[in-house]
Amino acid sequence: MQPFTYAPVADAAGAAARALAGAQFIAGGTDMLQLLQENVLQPGELADLNGLGLAGIGEEPDGALRLGALTRLQEAADHPLLRERCPVATEALAATASPMVRHMATLGGNLLQRTRCLYFRDVSTPCNKRQPGSGCSALEGENRHNAILGGSEHCIAVQPSDFPVALVALDAEVLLRGAEGAERWVPVESFHRLPGDTPEIETVMRPGDVILAIRIPSHAMRWRSHYVKVRDRASFAWALCSAAVALRLDGEGRVAEMRVAAGGVATKPWRLVRVEQELLGHRMDRDRVRLAAVWASEGAVARPGNAYKAPLLQHTVERALLEIGGLA
Amino acid sequence: MNAIIGQPVSRVDGPAKVTGHATYAAEFDLPGLAYAAMVLATIPRGHVRSIDRAAAEAAPGVLAVMTHEDAPRLPYKQIAQRPQVDAQSGEQLHVLQDDQVRFNGEPVAVVVAETLEQAVHAAELVRVEYARSPAVTIFDAKQGRPPSEGNAKAGRVPELGRGDVEGAMREAPVQVEARYVHPREHHNAIEPHVTIAHWEGENLTLYDKTQWVDNDRKEIAHVFGMEEERIRVVSPFVGGAFGSALRTWPHVTLAVMAAKRVRRPVRLELTRRQLYMAVGFRPHSEQHLRLGADKEGRLVALEHDVIQQVGRYEEYAETALSPTSHLYQCDNLRARYRLVEMDTNSPCPMRAPGVVTGVLGLEMAMDELAAELGMDPLELRLRNYAEQDQQKGLPWSSKELRACYETAAERFGWARRKPEPRSMREGGMLIGYGMATAIYHSDRSGGSASVALTGNGMAVVRSASSDMGPGTYTSMTQVAAETLGLPVDHVRFELGDTNLPYAPVHGGSITMASLGNAVVAACRAVQTKLTSLARAAQQGPFAGLAEDAVVAREGGLGRADGSGPVVPYAELLRQHNLGWVEAEGSAQPGEETKKYSSAAFGAIFVEVRVDELLGTVRVPRMIGAYDVGRVINPKTARSQCIGGMVGGLGMALEERAEWDARFGKVMNANLAEYLVPVNADVAEMEAIFVPNDDRNFNPLGVKGLAEVAICGVAPAIANAVWHATGRRIRELPITPERLLG
Repeated sequence: MQPFTYAPVADAAGAAARALAGAQFIAGGTDMLQLLQENVLQPGELADLNGLGLAGIGEEPDGALRLGALTRLQEAADHPLLRERCPVATEALAATASPMVRHMATLGGNLLQRTRCLYFRDVSTPCNKRQPGSGCSALEGENRHNAILGGSEHCIAVQPSDFPVALVALDAEVLLRGAEGAERWVPVESFHRLPGDTPEIETVMRPGDVILAIRIPSHAMRWRSHYVKVRDRASFAWALCSAAVALRLDGEGRVAEMRVAAGGVATKPWRLVRVEQELLGHRMDRDRVRLAAVWASEGAVARPGNAYKAPLLQHTVERALLEIGGLA
Repeated sequence: MNAIIGQPVSRVDGPAKVTGHATYAAEFDLPGLAYAAMVLATIPRGHVRSIDRAAAEAAPGVLAVMTHEDAPRLPYKQIAQRPQVDAQSGEQLHVLQDDQVRFNGEPVAVVVAETLEQAVHAAELVRVEYARSPAVTIFDAKQGRPPSEGNAKAGRVPELGRGDVEGAMREAPVQVEARYVHPREHHNAIEPHVTIAHWEGENLTLYDKTQWVDNDRKEIAHVFGMEEERIRVVSPFVGGAFGSALRTWPHVTLAVMAAKRVRRPVRLELTRRQLYMAVGFRPHSEQHLRLGADKEGRLVALEHDVIQQVGRYEEYAETALSPTSHLYQCDNLRARYRLVEMDTNSPCPMRAPGVVTGVLGLEMAMDELAAELGMDPLELRLRNYAEQDQQKGLPWSSKELRACYETAAERFGWARRKPEPRSMREGGMLIGYGMATAIYHSDRSGGSASVALTGNGMAVVRSASSDMGPGTYTSMTQVAAETLGLPVDHVRFELGDTNLPYAPVHGGSITMASLGNAVVAACRAVQTKLTSLARAAQQGPFAGLAEDAVVAREGGLGRADGSGPVVPYAELLRQHNLGWVEAEGSAQPGEETKKYSSAAFGAIFVEVRVDELLGTVRVPRMIGAYDVGRVINPKTARSQCIGGMVGGLGMALEERAEWDARFGKVMNANLAEYLVPVNADVAEMEAIFVPNDDRNFNPLGVKGLAEVAICGVAPAIANAVWHATGRRIRELPITPERLLG
């Protein structure tokens, strides 16, 4: 761990200035402390965002929900409005980490959580994300945790968070404040970037950007939604695979609107458009669900360690659809 | 007074632990304490070409940087009789003694600084250039070779058997054959390994995480060529160890060297990641079994090969063949044990070393045989019940395994099991019932204890033992309290210090059978001493009485004929103007080892729920019945057993080192990726102790219960998964990719 200075900041402008001067942000710190201890990151300064006053969940005039970036995961998981209207979000949050971690970790930080790829976390091994150009050890290595979707020859690291997967299903947006003070909304679906040949760049955030809030739009409040997470143990484990589904049925019981996303299998929260297309306009029954779920792994590139994720993804999506359709 | 042995006494050290008053090795806050951090090699084999230490030496707070270039050359004297906790042949790692790299993670430098953060940072600034040599990092069972003579002499034999296996197998109408794989596992105790080394002149004190202070002292004395008397090892509390703290690891030597160099006490604590390289682990194993039976299910031939990984600089081996040699009656047996050399740090004992491995293969194969025969798995075990230890040709000192089977099966509701796999379902889940037998050989070793009776009515019992979690503090207190006739809160047990009477290793489930009897002997000795004093006195209630006219009872002395009052110890001490009286006692194994074979037994029954679509397994119920001899404290004993069940659950479903052969390294070296069970994995668990009192084995009648509790759990779960799904998953852990594959 490299020595660093600690700088609490009072507002977003101050945070931006520190970041432009080379600081890393810390909020809940649940991931940052690991990255520091393992020497994965060596910031000269940590700018503490906790004084920014960005916590809390509120309803906007149009019925959308606005979630402050510094809201703790547990607070969001327990929030009555969110639980009632967006179960996929609170189910994903409740399935995240452990109660202790959830009481510290923030929603904004969860969007930026770094990958759990074994090679990213062990500084004695090559990793393009940690050290661009050094090579990807996961391609031919221990890759049961790694991505089958969205990878490149440079990186197959999974974005490990649960919550953003639910947010993609809910068509949510992230509010960013740029270094110059301008605010802009970015769909969560396009917030994370594919690794391509620059796996070290993980999101569309620019230097000095600060996440202010997340907004779940009013139309998502009309949807039923659900999250299914598969992991190696019953709690406190990363998703081997997860599926988030949100949908609205019309008066005839046909799927009028639907968004499906997957986690644990891709380099970013992965929207499954083809699965949605297979079901839009149709009534959900077991056979249709099963056939639709097969499309979940379309385009998957499997390696010996993670080949299981292709069938697992299909099955997880199938399970989520069956459960939300009352067919389980 | 009611019996104290057998009562569920709460941990006497519990309040100190939960209030933070228990001082663990890392917490001894010595004046002038400096902090060390290690630099570990990043190649699996080769040598150090150069080390650039300039940046580290210039970093703030750095007191010293030590590498093989400037570390003192240490004598590393041989111990005349190697302790069983050490590798039995080869040479332990001689740390910083040359430029060679023997495995990924070997220490190549140590940095000492004023603070931990400064030491860690400076260690990261040390730049090491390596020359890499070809390394053996892939486990190839075909490369297996027999263990060396040193290990064979220590009981880790290359081969054992009886009868004519080939002939009997040819004739056997029913046969099964299977291969099982179990990956490298790590102990992952909560407390990391840590040593504080403190030199005062030529005298050295070590505050260390260890399961055996006396041996720790001996090892360091030999490494440094010192007299043992100049070393004191202090280790009052151990935050879990599971075998990882049995032997003395290289970082202890590093701490001692570093403290000498900077002339200050030095603390060296391993990080979680370093624990996967700087101490040992349960070795990767593959095993091959062939079972032949007659149509009634009687075993007629049994063949079992166990192949394990081993390091190349020293040879650690296990008694993996032991369960096969005597768990079942079978006249024709051949078992072989082989080692595959790899460039890795050395493995070491981990709860039920070797035996848990051997039981895994044997009990999974027995389940396959039961299926082949169309026989209930429990019935198959009963048909092959070993009435004696056939390999040793000795009767058991006691064996209540039948009662274990019956009790656990009844409690579990085994009779509800439908024989066909995939035949039980509930709420969309497949349900499976599985069972297995557990066994762990019971041993004793010599040890001693002292007891001081004091004027304030207390008894202070001392021995250099350890309590890594089973409750030694509590159970020894009970043994002393009952023997002395004092209430539990009038007895204090002290351990974990080489200044105390010698104790054997706190491992191998031997502590109570060994040291418990020494505590009894010490209590008797102090009573005898006090009796002699009272009889020899000029006056007092027992003055001048014959030896057999005075007896100790109810916390004092009284007349053997029952007349007159019992005079409490403390009152007698006052009468004789004595502040205290103290005596030592010891116990060692005797002729019983020639007359009997001794082992603890168990029967484990589990229910699994398998989500077939997602490939996940959960264990809602686990019931074990155990014959561990006499139970000193059912509360701590239960904790041991459910702890073993949790460990076995991890072994079956979660634990695995993800080894990258290119680097010769465990990649998931942290608790976020190397998974052990969490509370949510653990549902109903019940441990039942069948009545037994094994006086043939030792006077206290105890056997041992740490190791047996993990044996049999993983095969019972794997067998239940088969019953649920019809799939034999022969490689652990049973994770979604294996069930979906």
